[in-house]
Amino acid sequence: MAHAHAHTHAVKRHSGLMDWLTTVDHKKIGILYLLAGGFFFLVGGLEALLIRIQLWKPMNDFVSADTFNELLTMHGTTMIFLAAMPILFALMNAIVPLQIGARDVAFPFLNSLGFWTFLFGGILLNVSWFTGGAPDAGWTAYAPLAGTTYNGDHGVDYYVLGLQVAGIGTLIGGINFLVTIINMRAPGMTFMRMPMFTWTIFITSALILFAFPALTVGLAALMFDRLFDANFFDPSGGGNAVLWEHIFWIFGHPEVYILILPAFGVISEVISTFSRKRLFGYSSMVFATILIGFLGFMVWAHHMFTTGLGPVANALFSIATMLIAVPTGIKIFNWLFTMWGGSIIFNTANLFAVGFVPTFVMGGVTGVMLAAAPADFQYHDSYFVVAHFHYVIVGGLILGIFSGLHYWWPKMFGRALNETIGKLTFWTFFIGFHLTFFIQHFLGLLGMPRRIWTYLDGLGFNEMNLISTIGAFLMALGTILFLLNIVTTAFKPKNAPADPWEDGRTLEWTIPSPAPEYNFAQTPLVRGYDAYWKEKMDGHKGMTPAEPLGPIHMPSPSILPFFMGVGLFIAALGFMYAPDWGDMFDGFKAGYGVGIFGLLILFGCMFLRSVIDDHGFHIEEEEILKDKGGKA
Amino acid sequence: MSAHSHVDGQLPHEPEKATLEGRNKVLGFWLFLGGETVLFGTLFSAFLALRHQVLGGPPAEELFNLGLVAAATLILLTSSLTSVFAVHALHTHQVKSLIMWLIITVVLGAGFLGLEIYEFVHYVHEGHGFTTSAFSSSFYTLVGFHGAHVAFGILWISLLIIQLAKKGLNTTTAPKVYIASMYWHFIDVVWVFIFTVVYLMGKVG
Repeated sequence: MAHAHAHTHAVKRHSGLMDWLTTVDHKKIGILYLLAGGFFFLVGGLEALLIRIQLWKPMNDFVSADTFNELLTMHGTTMIFLAAMPILFALMNAIVPLQIGARDVAFPFLNSLGFWTFLFGGILLNVSWFTGGAPDAGWTAYAPLAGTTYNGDHGVDYYVLGLQVAGIGTLIGGINFLVTIINMRAPGMTFMRMPMFTWTIFITSALILFAFPALTVGLAALMFDRLFDANFFDPSGGGNAVLWEHIFWIFGHPEVYILILPAFGVISEVISTFSRKRLFGYSSMVFATILIGFLGFMVWAHHMFTTGLGPVANALFSIATMLIAVPTGIKIFNWLFTMWGGSIIFNTANLFAVGFVPTFVMGGVTGVMLAAAPADFQYHDSYFVVAHFHYVIVGGLILGIFSGLHYWWPKMFGRALNETIGKLTFWTFFIGFHLTFFIQHFLGLLGMPRRIWTYLDGLGFNEMNLISTIGAFLMALGTILFLLNIVTTAFKPKNAPADPWEDGRTLEWTIPSPAPEYNFAQTPLVRGYDAYWKEKMDGHKGMTPAEPLGPIHMPSPSILPFFMGVGLFIAALGFMYAPDWGDMFDGFKAGYGVGIFGLLILFGCMFLRSVIDDHGFHIEEEEILKDKGGKA
Repeated sequence: MSAHSHVDGQLPHEPEKATLEGRNKVLGFWLFLGGETVLFGTLFSAFLALRHQVLGGPPAEELFNLGLVAAATLILLTSSLTSVFAVHALHTHQVKSLIMWLIITVVLGAGFLGLEIYEFVHYVHEGHGFTTSAFSSSFYTLVGFHGAHVAFGILWISLLIIQLAKKGLNTTTAPKVYIASMYWHFIDVVWVFIFTVVYLMGKVG
């Protein structure tokens, strides 16, 4: 049979651009996610700056009201779906297989497919800027505002289809990492020995699996309303606008935990490493993560307290929301006790991690305030809410991402980022962040509504808005410093050792930086939590191998995922523009022709993937030994 | 890796789980079906929320013909049984019997789909179009999503039948057949819920 003779298959490896388009290597896909997510982060950041410039003084007319709505919508949508999630996917791709001692993810082909559908979905969403108007109904796209009555142009079509295409990639990624973590752990790596970052990715992936299909249905229903005159959310056709709110938040609230849990994981790794202590309360951390994931599905209606669900529903969702503070509090205390008595090193990664703790606590406290339904009637749709969610998403997730990037940069690229620039990045970004958003709590309490284009003079908003805008520019400066750090580091020699922090505790630090294509020359035997630290404490130089040295089977690269992304992109554009492009022949719209052509590309690629067996190739022992000699 | 699974030319009892790739596929597909459950759950919720909004269109109790739907249900449930026989043939390594049961499954699936298309055309003639009301939009979306799943399953299993005929049964084709049968059971279960929630509840009002 084919597999028995797989040794004889020719090694097919591409180089240059073709290598990146066809790669199924999780480490390279991680870098692709970082590049694309980083790009969209800059786009979303630019949109944020334009918003803050418009709001720096009363009655400003820097951008028009319409443009402001577009900027606001695209800032939120881009940051959540195209920046934050992909950068998390970058970290999970780069690190999780290494942390569990795996050679690859469970589905390397699907991993690549997930990236390309995300990228083409993101490009599709941003094409709208150049074709006559971006989506402008807010990132929540509430009906009836997002319906054709109030949004007759194609803006919201781009939102619906762009997110649908990108969402496929996210769902695939979630399933892939669940299976990877369940099935591909090294011998001895039991669930309760898994590093905290892997645990949080595990729970995040489960949340993705059970939350994203709800968004899929919501987007499909909105698409049917907009493109095919269905009546889901249009009251004049018997539809129900509140139904959209329910569907959106049943997805949307777990989404918040999808974002923040991995940041919790990063912080746990970094604080433990740089306090040179075992993570305090590991098993309670695992339990708290699972509990947050579970409760995350029970609280969606706290976004809808003012919709009019009635006092019973509001009370129940209010209490459920407050409950989440308990497992989150457990985590905060565990981080503090991990630092307690440790010999703490305040490098850039740890500064971001330590800065995260009080910042996230502040976001959590305003979260509990908002959870009190009667009080929420005062805060609702004010800048208080804006301040709250930026404290948890920027002050939580983005600080966590910066921490993780500085921490794992040597493992991803073989070069450590510069510490001086790194610390400057931290202080400018950190101070800029608090300057921007702390003051917004008070703007909200004074009554400034969110999502407004401009405001009148004499309301007491002027100085606070100016301070907030100055803070935003300081954050931009921090981001530029980070980019500068990346560029200067790229010209340094690639000389990071396997364990650059010298206090590495987990498996990723036992292999060269960057990791070789096959990750582990020999699968390691895991003997406890903090597997590498345990070997160090027992006086061993490295891990005990769990298998003899031998040829390693690798999956073949493939261009199909790229074309599947292209196919979806073409199909989405075709269906979207069907009303505008006229007939191809009598009674058949040209747009549908284009749409079907795009779907044929997709199904053709699926057909090829099914009928062509992928035998992969083997990396022989000689090559592995050569790598070992060269880099060890 | 897979090289050790059938050294003596014999397939193991459960060839779909003989390799790590196979085990990954089976587990991954179970998880995928978990996501599909949420997908259909959301569609059901939307339908339940909107099913009384018929506007000028015919209401459910006048529209539905339970005889036709019961026949479709019987056909689809039988196809689930034949896919069980197919998996049994997979486990006993009888390729011919496996292919035969898969063909019967596909034919029954196509019969179900034919009845559903006939039913939809009939409804449109009764004045129950996709854009008529919130009831009709959510009805066609829920039942149509299911029908699209059946159509995809028919194409998928047909492709697997060709692959089995050409490549035979091995540790690469076995997991494919196994997860296709999982998929087929899943759309069968969804149909049981559609029959109950859409048609039976529609009849009682």
